[in-house]
Amino acid sequence: MEELNRLTAHELIEKTRNKEALSEEISASLYKRINEIDSKVKAYVRLGNTKEPAYPRTREPRGVPVTIKDNICTEGYNTECCSKILKGFIPPYDATVIKNIREAGHSYLGQKANMDEFAFGSSTENSFFGPTHNPWNLDCVPGGSSGGCAAAVASDEAIWALGSDTGGSIRQPASFCGIVGLKPTYGRVSRYGLIAFASSLDQIGPLTKDVRDSAFLMNIISGYDPDDSTSVNTPVPDYTKALVSDVKGLKIGIPKEYFVEGLGLEVKAAVEEAIDKLKKLGASFKEISLTHTEYAVPVYYIIATAEASSNLARFDGVQYGFRAKVDNLMDMYKKTRGQGFGQEAKRRIILGTFALSHGYYDAYYLRALKVRTLIKQDFDAVFKDFDCVITPTSPTPAFRIGEKMTDPLRMYLSDIYTISANLAGIPAISVPCGFTKKGLPVGLQIMAKHFDEEKLFRVAYSYEQNTEWHKMKTKL
Amino acid sequence: MIDQKIVEHVAHLARIDLEPKELEKLSMQLEHIIGFIDKLKQANVDNVLPISHAIAASNVLREDVLKKSLSQDKALANAPSKKGSFFVVPKVIE
Repeated sequence: MEELNRLTAHELIEKTRNKEALSEEISASLYKRINEIDSKVKAYVRLGNTKEPAYPRTREPRGVPVTIKDNICTEGYNTECCSKILKGFIPPYDATVIKNIREAGHSYLGQKANMDEFAFGSSTENSFFGPTHNPWNLDCVPGGSSGGCAAAVASDEAIWALGSDTGGSIRQPASFCGIVGLKPTYGRVSRYGLIAFASSLDQIGPLTKDVRDSAFLMNIISGYDPDDSTSVNTPVPDYTKALVSDVKGLKIGIPKEYFVEGLGLEVKAAVEEAIDKLKKLGASFKEISLTHTEYAVPVYYIIATAEASSNLARFDGVQYGFRAKVDNLMDMYKKTRGQGFGQEAKRRIILGTFALSHGYYDAYYLRALKVRTLIKQDFDAVFKDFDCVITPTSPTPAFRIGEKMTDPLRMYLSDIYTISANLAGIPAISVPCGFTKKGLPVGLQIMAKHFDEEKLFRVAYSYEQNTEWHKMKTKL
Repeated sequence: MIDQKIVEHVAHLARIDLEPKELEKLSMQLEHIIGFIDKLKQANVDNVLPISHAIAASNVLREDVLKKSLSQDKALANAPSKKGSFFVVPKVIE
């Protein structure tokens, strides 16, 4: 039998429609693959016995199953954000995107994908369950925080996946694992049922094997949701209509601030080659300036941690998850949080609390909000004259497991190219654009103005259709 | 500037109990991180308005109608400790 797990979702949808494959067979091939290699990749958590897959609700496979990050609520199935503090949490409701998937005739895997605890990280090493390994080189990280999703899709342990992106958590692992990752415009996809990290930055988005699958999944999850007061009520186009292999006449900006010291030579070369390719296909390029780029990382680590410190106040051992055994209320709060949160979570909550605390609020939090305005204005100005902006997704390919764990600041800097899109609220996609000599994937990032995902799809699809990178498979 | 005393105070505000060694390590790391973040002081923010969201929206209200919500059983299902229709916590008043 053909290995169905190696196919894309749109190929499988076609096959199920033509009765050439059954959903049961797709699920069976996925579980076979997971049983064979997940002990090496560790893309999934709480795996248990995958020979008896847990199908949601109907207990029947439907459509093409989606792999879900461990921070998206699935009724009846553990959702723990890969944190000890949420151990055993079984959501009493489905996230809106999960409802969307069901209503579109698909199912999802009851086993969730690994992530950095509460999405705090760029390597998936901050998981309570231990790190995920990059399928292209098991000694390397898959990126993060949606590293489980990215590694599963890249190793054919998943057909397609839903992750979340607060500062690059979909795009950076997609880049490290050689797949397609999209962060939609803020407000395009409902965040209802996504366990919040930084509410003004978080977006759910697809991690897929190719651009068409990304458009397919966006058609399913996009749209207004009254349960999310930040979701925006604008019409959703059919994104598959934007899959046109033609970039003639498009004006693309190359921000000079992204091609500076710190950018790896092999990454730079691959991105420049991709730009040449798009030039040959008829797009025009011009160097531009996003003047406030140097402030993106510091602004992000104030705003994201401030919002996180507030969002994570709910984990106090009262309503769900882990509770430390102490007989005094204040000590119960403190011990529960001290023992339940991992190192990075504690670091971020304390940093965020500091930025919001009396005496520091104006100097850090308020100032960061103002610089955020400047960063957004940089993009607003550029998109008056340009259709999109192209950059590397990450300054380096996947790094080795353990390499950056002792130096949090170095880890934070690996998000340097992805953070601005979250601060500005714009959509951005990462597509594979080459490999290093050591065989690690490199990603190309395309950004567009608010609600112009179609432009991203058009450029990404044109590039993909004229290259072979997305067809490369790992040796696993 | 951030030092061990401030971190200890902030950890209390955040209701996080830290081991002495953890406190020491965290203080050093945060000092390093804040040192980097202090770069923000160089930005010229005169006459710049702060934004808390990239997409402008204000006073988003739902219709004032009754909707289904979680049942008590479901809301209590994950509680580490419960009694009847209540969450149970350590005794707060003598």
